[in-house]
Amino acid sequence: MARLFKTVLVEVNMNSMIRVAACLCLLLGFATQLVPQSPQPSPAPQASPSPAPPPGPGGTSLPNADPFPSTYKPFPRRTTLIRNATILTAAGPTIANGSILLRDGKIAAVGTNIVAPADALVIDGTGKYVTPGIIDVHSHIGVYPAPGVDANSDGNELTNPVTANVWAEHSVWPQDPQIPRALAGGLTTMQILPGSGNLIGGRSVVVKLVPSRTVQGMKFPGAKYGLKMACGENPKRVYQTRGPSTRMGNVAGYRAAWILAESYRRKWDAWNATHKGDPPARDLGLETLAEVLRGNILVHNHCYRADEMAQMIDIAKEFGYSIRAFHHAVEAYKIAELLKSNNIGAAEWADWGGFKMEANDAVKANLAITEAFGARAMIHSDSALGAQRLNQEVAKAMYAGRAAGIMITEDQAIRWLTINPAWALGLEDKIGSIEVGKNADVALWSANPFSIYAKAEKVWIDGAMLYDRTDPNERWRTDFELGVIKEDN
Amino acid sequence: MRTLLFTIIVTLATAAPAFTQTIAITGGKVYPVSGAPIINGTVLIKDGMIVAVGNQVNVPNDAQRIDARGKIVTPGLINSVTELGVIEIDQVRNTNDVSAKGSNNIAAAFRVWDGLNPASALFAPTRNEGVTTVVVVPEGGLVSGQAAAIDLVSGHSADMVRRAAVAMVAQMDNANSAGTSARGELIGKLRTLLDDVIFYKASRSDYDRAAARTLSASKTDLEALIPVVDGKLLLLIEANRMDEIDAALELARDYHLKIGITGAAEAWLCADRLAAAHVPVLTGAMSNIPESFATLNQRQENAALLRKAGVQVVIVATGGGDVTRYNARNLKYEAGNAVAYGMSYDDALRGVTLSPAELFGLSDRIGSLQSGHEANVVVWSGDPFEFSSQAEHVFIHGREVKEPSRQDLLIDRYKPKSQR
Repeated sequence: MARLFKTVLVEVNMNSMIRVAACLCLLLGFATQLVPQSPQPSPAPQASPSPAPPPGPGGTSLPNADPFPSTYKPFPRRTTLIRNATILTAAGPTIANGSILLRDGKIAAVGTNIVAPADALVIDGTGKYVTPGIIDVHSHIGVYPAPGVDANSDGNELTNPVTANVWAEHSVWPQDPQIPRALAGGLTTMQILPGSGNLIGGRSVVVKLVPSRTVQGMKFPGAKYGLKMACGENPKRVYQTRGPSTRMGNVAGYRAAWILAESYRRKWDAWNATHKGDPPARDLGLETLAEVLRGNILVHNHCYRADEMAQMIDIAKEFGYSIRAFHHAVEAYKIAELLKSNNIGAAEWADWGGFKMEANDAVKANLAITEAFGARAMIHSDSALGAQRLNQEVAKAMYAGRAAGIMITEDQAIRWLTINPAWALGLEDKIGSIEVGKNADVALWSANPFSIYAKAEKVWIDGAMLYDRTDPNERWRTDFELGVIKEDN
Repeated sequence: MRTLLFTIIVTLATAAPAFTQTIAITGGKVYPVSGAPIINGTVLIKDGMIVAVGNQVNVPNDAQRIDARGKIVTPGLINSVTELGVIEIDQVRNTNDVSAKGSNNIAAAFRVWDGLNPASALFAPTRNEGVTTVVVVPEGGLVSGQAAAIDLVSGHSADMVRRAAVAMVAQMDNANSAGTSARGELIGKLRTLLDDVIFYKASRSDYDRAAARTLSASKTDLEALIPVVDGKLLLLIEANRMDEIDAALELARDYHLKIGITGAAEAWLCADRLAAAHVPVLTGAMSNIPESFATLNQRQENAALLRKAGVQVVIVATGGGDVTRYNARNLKYEAGNAVAYGMSYDDALRGVTLSPAELFGLSDRIGSLQSGHEANVVVWSGDPFEFSSQAEHVFIHGREVKEPSRQDLLIDRYKPKSQR
């Protein structure tokens, strides 16, 4: 009882704080106009009827609406040249004794013979490796933060099998200590997804791994939203008593949602074309699904079994949307040709399996076989521990492929960590490879990143060095850590 | 008739251990672990036993030779905390035999190996990656039950159980699981239990005549705990927060227990006290997340810092992804990460071979490559901790095990035809 009271109190305080903040903004806005004037008695409302302010955009359902825009600003950076390193580019062959120039947040030059600009910080990469910053397409960092307490467990809105209306970013806690730990593993971009308890779990958010007081300050500018969908055991287990309780119930649930979404999309597209008459009623969930149908949101579908992936592909065709990537995709190796012909990515673990029936056919050569059939394979973590070592996960998968007779090269394997996940997020033109003009998201490794002894030594995001293992005093410590986690940890 | 024939074949197959082959693994870099590495060494195996290790070994003419030039030879790895054979698929209830119901959250009499499934599909992938012995550990409650050391041979449970019990398992980290509401209450309950075991041991006849006071555990559980209070059976205590570990040390001192610490998230904060008490720690090097308020100071240097302080460290898998079951094979990567985070290579190798053998009382037979020991031996294509290395030959009891795992069969079925 006391606990409930306390919670209510906190919410009230928060609300009033927001109200105060909103009032402050209004006052500041008026202040600039009022300065030259001498104080006057405030006019009675009826004396000067001002025109009604235009309604906020919240009343209408617009394509690509962005009500929670990114406020990310690149961190202080300086021109940096890394020399004499082995560079895994994810865009072409490995460059031995290579140099890479980071300037103004972009990769300005890559090659073997780059002269250091006068103002450049020069880093000797002898014996070291450079890779693009690692990208994790499947994270629950922030929505399931550490410590794992009920109070911060915000990843699965398990109140309805279809919750397309929720947005993961509204659950992300930017002080999650898992974020700096993942950065220290060379991770620079991640997609945070709602959990997999629902058929349709809600919108994902793509963030950079940077210190920020708000999630808006982490959001990757211009990144598309994703939609989390989930097949198989999880939804039918969660909704056992109210349904869906079977796989056929799951499929009926997806189709029912898309039927409503298509009708919603038609109504709004018609209204947006003419703006005539009353706008249709806005519905947050259907709006998200309509955005998928318009191609503005990418579908990320948690799906283990080969037969279920094939069914999800048919559902996508029935309603005219695309699946960008199957996540977990434990049986991708059984239907790799189908994934290739439908241009669907497969986000996979290296070696997780066996924890439930639908994970029982997991094999370590999954990524290698997916790749061998020409489908787009990528690693993913689904784990704050795994996210710190995706390079090690890829190493396992690469060598498992070789052990099975599939010769995966390092130049192929690096793509599983970088450019392929960048494609899954629709960001392959900005990140995921070392090419001139791309964002300067780069990791410097102490050794070959496919060795167990390698560690990310320095990590840059948009040309700013956000992590430096050699300088522990500058380590990013979240608010939560202060005073409770030892400094030398 | 067919059935009879089948039976005969099976009988012959399982009776086969009485074979008398001599195997010489020659030319490799041999890590006996009990001594310095031997360059260009030979390990000679006869009748399932190691009969010679060194670089001056005479190889009999009839020996089967395995050329290990450019390769690494080590003892089979020992994974000290697993649920192999007692959980097949975590979310399929009927394949779960790791937690006993017990009474009053005490299940000391529970012998986890009684429910071991020797046909588990998870043994093959584990041994194919160089793990030859695992400890199967019960879970749950305040006292979870007894653990067993299992060799990963094919056969029946009796063929697999190397030694049981090797430990009693308890925890100090979770008051709820112990049927209590506070850490202090949990510790009190453990003390009461140990007092009751001591009382029971001294007053068995009174107890049997129902003339003794009421005790906090059942007769079978009290009986099972006698070797623990006698200091003869290792008590593994899961403790994470620094004060939990200190409380475990205090308990061990007060009751003269032989203990080991599992979990051990903040053990590096009590390294000196653990070293002074000669209490070994089972930990890994892949966890650094403050997952709970009891593990805030968990860090990857834990194993290295403990070793540096003189604590005996047994490396166990902590890296996530079902490392006690499906990925029990990944123990070697935990050891590799321990090296990356400050442990010496030799200590890390010891931490997955000889140190666990010593902890569980197996070191007179396995855990090192010595003449007179059982031949649990692995030939690696390179550094056993590296992703690029494969376990090329795995011997358990001197016999090479080479069965493809279920995963191997799936790969063969689905990989591109050109690679089949």
